[in-house]
Amino acid sequence: MYSEKVMDHFTNPRNMGELPDASGVGTVGNAKCGDIMRIYLDIDDQGVIRDCKFKTFGCGAAVATSSMATELVKGKTIQEAMALTNQAVMEALDGLPPVKVHCSLLAEEAVHAALWDYAQKHGVQIPGLKPPKADIGEGEEDEEG
Amino acid sequence: MDKPIYLDNAATTPTDPAVVEAMLPWFSARYGNPSAIYSLGAQAKEGVTLAREAVAGTLNAQAREIYFTAGGTEADNWALIATAQAYAHKGRHIITSAVEHHAVLHTCQYLEKQGFSVTYVGVDDQGVIRLDELRAALRPDTILISVMFANNEIGTLQPIAQIGQIAREAGVLFHTDAVQAYGHLPIDVQALGVDLLSASGHKFRGPKGVGFLYARDGVKLPSFLHGGAQERARRAGTENVPGIVGLGAAAQLAQASMAWRAETETGLRDYLIERVEREIPHCRLNGHRTQRLPGNVNFSFRFIEGESMLIMLDQAGICASSGSACTSGSLDPSHVLLAIGLPHEIAHGSLRLTLSAENTREELDYVVDRLKEIVQRLRQMSPLYEDFCRKQERS
Ligand SMILES: Cc1ncc(COP(=O)(O)O)c(C=O)c1O
Repeated sequence: MYSEKVMDHFTNPRNMGELPDASGVGTVGNAKCGDIMRIYLDIDDQGVIRDCKFKTFGCGAAVATSSMATELVKGKTIQEAMALTNQAVMEALDGLPPVKVHCSLLAEEAVHAALWDYAQKHGVQIPGLKPPKADIGEGEEDEEG
Repeated sequence: MDKPIYLDNAATTPTDPAVVEAMLPWFSARYGNPSAIYSLGAQAKEGVTLAREAVAGTLNAQAREIYFTAGGTEADNWALIATAQAYAHKGRHIITSAVEHHAVLHTCQYLEKQGFSVTYVGVDDQGVIRLDELRAALRPDTILISVMFANNEIGTLQPIAQIGQIAREAGVLFHTDAVQAYGHLPIDVQALGVDLLSASGHKFRGPKGVGFLYARDGVKLPSFLHGGAQERARRAGTENVPGIVGLGAAAQLAQASMAWRAETETGLRDYLIERVEREIPHCRLNGHRTQRLPGNVNFSFRFIEGESMLIMLDQAGICASSGSACTSGSLDPSHVLLAIGLPHEIAHGSLRLTLSAENTREELDYVVDRLKEIVQRLRQMSPLYEDFCRKQERS
């Protein structure tokens, strides 16, 4: 069902982990629907993404798209990262099954959410950037299962 | 791993080699049409008759109460649609449970579109139907109760004898989808007060695409497929002779080995449950601990998602299944897991392992060892787990 690239990024995810001193962190998705992505960005004074990490709760495609998204924005400028589309993520993965296209949208949103967080914290304006949708369903996660 | 460890016996089972052996002549030398009058045809008819008698014997039923179908789905569709049609003059209300297989649920939805009303009775947190709710749902226009014998996802067994009693007292027909139970647990349709029962060959080491519907004598059963006079003119079409013979052989083998298989599987099941509960934190056993199919294990692992688990298990040579949305082809996780009250995100992290008596403890040890690594790895990747750990540190 998945391309070899998707399987590769699922099995050997790139940039998986946390950045303790990230300049921006974005979390998107919804536990209810079964996908949550968090992207950490480390952005330098020149506006270049020096480092990028991700954490994902979700299916194989969700993991692979987040992994690929981090690869595609690492080392890029904010403007270049802004231009990242879900289409580009999908193409880089040699395609996704139709029911998994939403995972690539989530990856795009996660990058934008992390940029938004960076912009807020550092008082920068990023042209074209909209605030992320707040629909993370972590509220019910408190009690022990 | 050269051979996969197969832990998806609720999805399907391998056909028993003895069953394949029994089927083979019916593809070649004994190819006659059972409706033909020459001896080649009579021989085929005899093959079908013997299979029908064999199945009837396993249920304490009569041979003429068994109708062969193309599987469990067809038997479920037939039982519901036929009774709805035949008894519509008495009433147009049907009672079923919230945890039925889609073969029943979607047929009920279809009947709702045809003007019938359906009550979906809830279950408790272990998946057992609420009998008080079932009783309260009965109406003067109720014509049928349909409740599954055993659940295909969480393995919970329903109180079939009690439901049979309730139906009897109310003068309502009782259908049970026994696809997961038939061939695994003893079933006596007389003692249980069952009027209609569905089963499927491939769930008990018979062939795929063949099943049967039991319909008690006297229950009106309009024909489902129209054409020739096969299956007492109720289900037209030249019989799937090899399949029916195979189903009959599988039913007999299953009956003969039932006791020791159930014992072996229960032992393996409880061993697996115990190891997982002891060694993997933040897990939850879904379904009833004892009122449960001998081979069924179903866990939810918090903070992780089922499909990822299945892919990694597959890479380790283990076949399993999950009730996560990603494996159901929709955005919602399994209706069964939601019906027992699991929050969506915990339902997404479910894993079903269904054993057979051929599995070994060594295999299960390997499975738990891999599962531990997989759950740990996926939790390391999970932002939900990260948040959980932060919260733990703070408190
Ligand atoms: C409880 C239950 N009912 C019905 C079916 C459908 O049976 P079949 O695949 O033979 O159509 C299944 C099989 O998945 C099942 O588990």
